[in-house]
Amino acid sequence: MNAMELLSWSRGPGLGIATAVFLFGMLLRLFEIYSLGRKPDLAPARPNSPGSGWRTIISRSVPEAPVFRRSAVTLTSGYLFHIGFFIVLLFTVPHITLFESVIGIGWPALPTPVVDLVAVVAIIAMLVSLLHRLLDPVKRFLSGFGDYVAWSVTFLPLLTGYMAHHHLLPDYTLMLAIHILSVELLLVLFPFTKLTHMLTLFIARWYNGEWFGHKGVAS
Amino acid sequence: MSATLEKGLNALREQIDAPIASYFSSCVRCGMCAEACLFFTETRDPKYTPIHKLEPMRRLWEQEYTLSGRVKKWLGLAKPITDEELEAWSPLVYDSCTQCGRCSMVCPVGNDLTYMIRKLREGMALSGHAPPDVVSAVNRTVTLGSPMGVKLKALQAQIRDQEAETGLTVPINVQGADYLALLSSMEIMNFPEYIGSLARIFDRAGVSWTLSSEAFEATNSGIQIGQADLAGAIVMRIVTAAEKLGVKSVISPECGHAYTALRWEGPNLIGRPYRFEVVHILELLDQLRRTGRLKTRGKVAEPLTFHDPCQLVRRGGVVAQPRRLLGMIAADFREMDEHGVWNWCCGGGGGVSASERANALQLTSFRRKQAQLEKLNVETMVTACANCRIVLEEGLEHHHMDIKLVGLTELIAEHLEE
Repeated sequence: MNAMELLSWSRGPGLGIATAVFLFGMLLRLFEIYSLGRKPDLAPARPNSPGSGWRTIISRSVPEAPVFRRSAVTLTSGYLFHIGFFIVLLFTVPHITLFESVIGIGWPALPTPVVDLVAVVAIIAMLVSLLHRLLDPVKRFLSGFGDYVAWSVTFLPLLTGYMAHHHLLPDYTLMLAIHILSVELLLVLFPFTKLTHMLTLFIARWYNGEWFGHKGVAS
Repeated sequence: MSATLEKGLNALREQIDAPIASYFSSCVRCGMCAEACLFFTETRDPKYTPIHKLEPMRRLWEQEYTLSGRVKKWLGLAKPITDEELEAWSPLVYDSCTQCGRCSMVCPVGNDLTYMIRKLREGMALSGHAPPDVVSAVNRTVTLGSPMGVKLKALQAQIRDQEAETGLTVPINVQGADYLALLSSMEIMNFPEYIGSLARIFDRAGVSWTLSSEAFEATNSGIQIGQADLAGAIVMRIVTAAEKLGVKSVISPECGHAYTALRWEGPNLIGRPYRFEVVHILELLDQLRRTGRLKTRGKVAEPLTFHDPCQLVRRGGVVAQPRRLLGMIAADFREMDEHGVWNWCCGGGGGVSASERANALQLTSFRRKQAQLEKLNVETMVTACANCRIVLEEGLEHHHMDIKLVGLTELIAEHLEE
């Protein structure tokens, strides 16, 4: 298989398989959670707490000042990487073209130098978070094989995308194929690693917020 | 697999619900919960990271409630949960968690880790891995009615003393009273002034109240150890007495977990709503203040601060009431840097202070409160939980700090308008 064939496989069947595994896997995870259900709470709720779960979904994204100070590296690298990752994913020309071809809607891209800078920031933030995971006693203690797998498959699309964009390999076709394959690897492993938090954190925050709201405490 | 382990695991399986699954699915091992836990911050030992304390439960969930986990188990790649492991986890699940709930407020993906620990304890207790002292406290509560073995006779003696002290009658078993007041053993034995304070405040405010000779103990070791059946039986004793006396409300005393047990867990433990409402004494005092029935005079001149019991603020929603009450009687009230729903635990809640083997760790974790207090330069610390009060007193003594502790209800009673 030459580079061109690899590229067309990754753009065609490869993408199809990866997307199918991703969607099936994520639906399975949702089913695994919701099928367990929960018992109704018979203790009377305090008044004035409707919508607490929904509010917590938003509010939990913004830590209190003392919480931020105690986990500054984790939070800063986390924010920069997440925001950077989504900007690069959603606001570069080739990505928008792909989305347009699939869902029929396009949107304006950000200027190349901006996306470029964002990508570099996201890559650095991810390297910092890896370093922190290796050096911080708590994180190192908590981390297992799966945590490093999750980091790797998230990092690869960023890195290969950056390399493809800047033609850092002489064979652009091969570089692009590698980039797309790295995204497919991410999609396939996504539902079976901690990366599922992208979806399930909304459920977790909602339950948490409802629980606290029931007691009249904003969380 | 031993029969008790199987029993414990079955109890744990019953606890796994959608919130638990969403929490374990969401954890990214960021470790931020460690910094929320005073057992970690004061020791810097990573094993005290809250999410790590849940590892046996996480594995049970993964191995039995996810497809990928089942495949791993089928391939022989999953480590089974053993008695040895649970025994090794017992100090993490009990001795180093006061169920203070701080980690649940900090987790960026929204995991309610305290909710999870509470559930894990159900499996730990039934598999025989709860701390021996907590097991004894539960047994005493079930057989004698009190975790400290306090009997009615002892209460009656304290009531007589308080009646002599205040010149008022402490009503007992009064049919049709509005409020049934409960006590904690700690109050009966160590702070009986609480009973006299209630008598004086309620006399002045014209509150119709009573104690019950059948249910005076509000604390519930059943929820601390994590045995829903026993916890339910302990709650039921109060429910039966309250419904027999026909009271409108039951007053939870100055005790944090008693409030959680009665107000939030109780109806779920007995499987039905109550026919009365539950108020914490601070909520009631604040209502009396608002309606003008509680009047005070004079103010404490020296600087004082308030220690929030975790189960009242973060896990209970009683936050503004103590501050409004202190506003009536404190001239120089100083808040700790993190207070209210962001308070730091005394270090002895959730059954920790009942466990001898946790004692050294409890005193170490007190350094967190010590650091908060040292910034304030206060002579008095007010609180509203008899267990916090004992734990704080031990901590202050151990760390050679000269700060006086007082219960808020008592302080109010001392400042009643004549």
